[in-house]
Amino acid sequence: MGRYRDDPGALARLVEDDRVHRDVYTDPEIFSLELERLWSRAWIYVGHASQVPETGDFLTVDLAAKPVVMVRQADGGIRVLLNRCAHKGTKVVYAPSGNAGKTFRCPYHAWTYRLDGSLVMIPLKDGYAGTRLEETDSPRGLGVVKNVEVYRGFVFARLAERGLGFREFFGEALSSIDFLADRSPEGELEITGGSLRYLHDCNWKMFVENLNDSMHPMIAHASSAGTAKRLWEGRGADGPKPMAVEQFVPFVNGYQFFDEMGIKVYPHGHGFSGVNFSIHSAYSPIREYEEAMHRTYGEERAQEILGTVRHNTVYYPSLTIKGAIQSIRVARPLAADRTLIESFTFRLKGAPEAMLARTVMYNRLINSPMSVVGHDDLHCYRSIQEGLAAPGTEWVSLHRNFDPRELAAPELVANGTSEISMRNQFRAWRELMAAE
Amino acid sequence: MSERPTEQELVRFVVREARLLDEKRFDEWYELFADDAFYWVPAVPGQADPHLQNSLAYEDKFLLELRIERLKSPQAYSQKPASRCHHVLQAPEVERADRARGEFVLRTPFVYTETRGDESQRYAATAWHTLVWADERLRIRLKRVDLLNCDAMLPSIQLFL
Repeated sequence: MGRYRDDPGALARLVEDDRVHRDVYTDPEIFSLELERLWSRAWIYVGHASQVPETGDFLTVDLAAKPVVMVRQADGGIRVLLNRCAHKGTKVVYAPSGNAGKTFRCPYHAWTYRLDGSLVMIPLKDGYAGTRLEETDSPRGLGVVKNVEVYRGFVFARLAERGLGFREFFGEALSSIDFLADRSPEGELEITGGSLRYLHDCNWKMFVENLNDSMHPMIAHASSAGTAKRLWEGRGADGPKPMAVEQFVPFVNGYQFFDEMGIKVYPHGHGFSGVNFSIHSAYSPIREYEEAMHRTYGEERAQEILGTVRHNTVYYPSLTIKGAIQSIRVARPLAADRTLIESFTFRLKGAPEAMLARTVMYNRLINSPMSVVGHDDLHCYRSIQEGLAAPGTEWVSLHRNFDPRELAAPELVANGTSEISMRNQFRAWRELMAAE
Repeated sequence: MSERPTEQELVRFVVREARLLDEKRFDEWYELFADDAFYWVPAVPGQADPHLQNSLAYEDKFLLELRIERLKSPQAYSQKPASRCHHVLQAPEVERADRARGEFVLRTPFVYTETRGDESQRYAATAWHTLVWADERLRIRLKRVDLLNCDAMLPSIQLFL
């Protein structure tokens, strides 16, 4: 029973072409429908293959608030299993990561499973003889997420049995993952250096929408990036520019910069800003790295890869990547007003350590719970979460540069300060939330 | 009179450092750091490397100055209302003393509280101060803060641990 569950029309009316109703951010029923529908029908990021290099290596995460374990198989494949014992429901593995050996053994009654999820043994199995256990799913072992795809090491899963195929869902948006992986002189990425886990007390969509909102940096980040700029200029800006200055200062570029940066959207909510250039364009080159790239790819292709400096690419709804800086942020929805944002850093195989150091610095400066950039962003999201309760209007504006012609052109490039990426996300939202 | 810095001087330095933070005397606090100093909050227990592993913070003097100047900025929206912090220190212990090099390491377990408006967070942590003695005064070369739950999902921590 529910206002929206039982009324598909009311649900569809929350999203208009150029504005959305506040309930999409605040209503607990909408949040639970999102987990059940949108987050189950979409292809959700699970983890990266480099986190489970050896047979039996596993990673436990919650996908759409459902516990799963991603595990490397003996044949080299990767499976995603539901982390729930077929007996009482205990999580069969609890650690964030590790190696299971050859089996998962439940810590409660020792029901034991192979790495593919199949049941090996139940203690005193005779006790089930003649019972109806055989008629249930339990003898088959752990639940298996059937729809799993590994793309350049990025592992995605679709929890719903039916839905769009992987290629159909992401389409050409996958090019951002290619450009990221191709930044390795060996064409391979490795997650390394741990992660940063930042609790956002706001709806997950506020974070995801903000990634390609280019009207906020010069305002929200004036106190951090603007201060970095002022301090550096105050020193006469002599000597080599510190890496932190290079990373902070472009956040307070003017409107024209962000507008000319350009934004591209794809069907099903995906897209990126930084079509022409981005805040990552002007980093000092690391010569040893560029030489390695030229050796691998030849000059022309190396220039194309290094010249592609997309800002944020959103793989709606769960993953956002920064190819040019080799870091990713993963959104894990916890409640209508609680979201875990976990950010990871990549080593580019075959690249010098300086590249990883740059990535790790960026992640620490921007994505840490102690980030001065993060503080002002999160303050704004939280403030929206509270402000939406005000009466008067129940709608949130997405009108900026709206053009009705965009409705017939699912893939297009627009000016960078357009709110088209948010409108595009909500069109996907409406599709993925519809009753079956 | 024992050789300087005395143990009492070392301990008083660490106690004063926390007091300056709690009283928000950030400019004076900044002056406690040597020019090549770092303030480090690792993201996993026992973390050895600040460069190739993610940390919650690893800041040189430029970044510390940036943090302090930002706190003064009227545009620091997340500081309306302003955060307050409070350190309750266990007695600092001199963990290592290298008088030849003038370098001293102190270990100080503490409880940290940070509040903003109606919200309050509390953390258990241990501070490791690497102090250097030069020109008749002590300065911080490294302040490392090991948060007990550094690898947990954390909300914004806006002031200095």
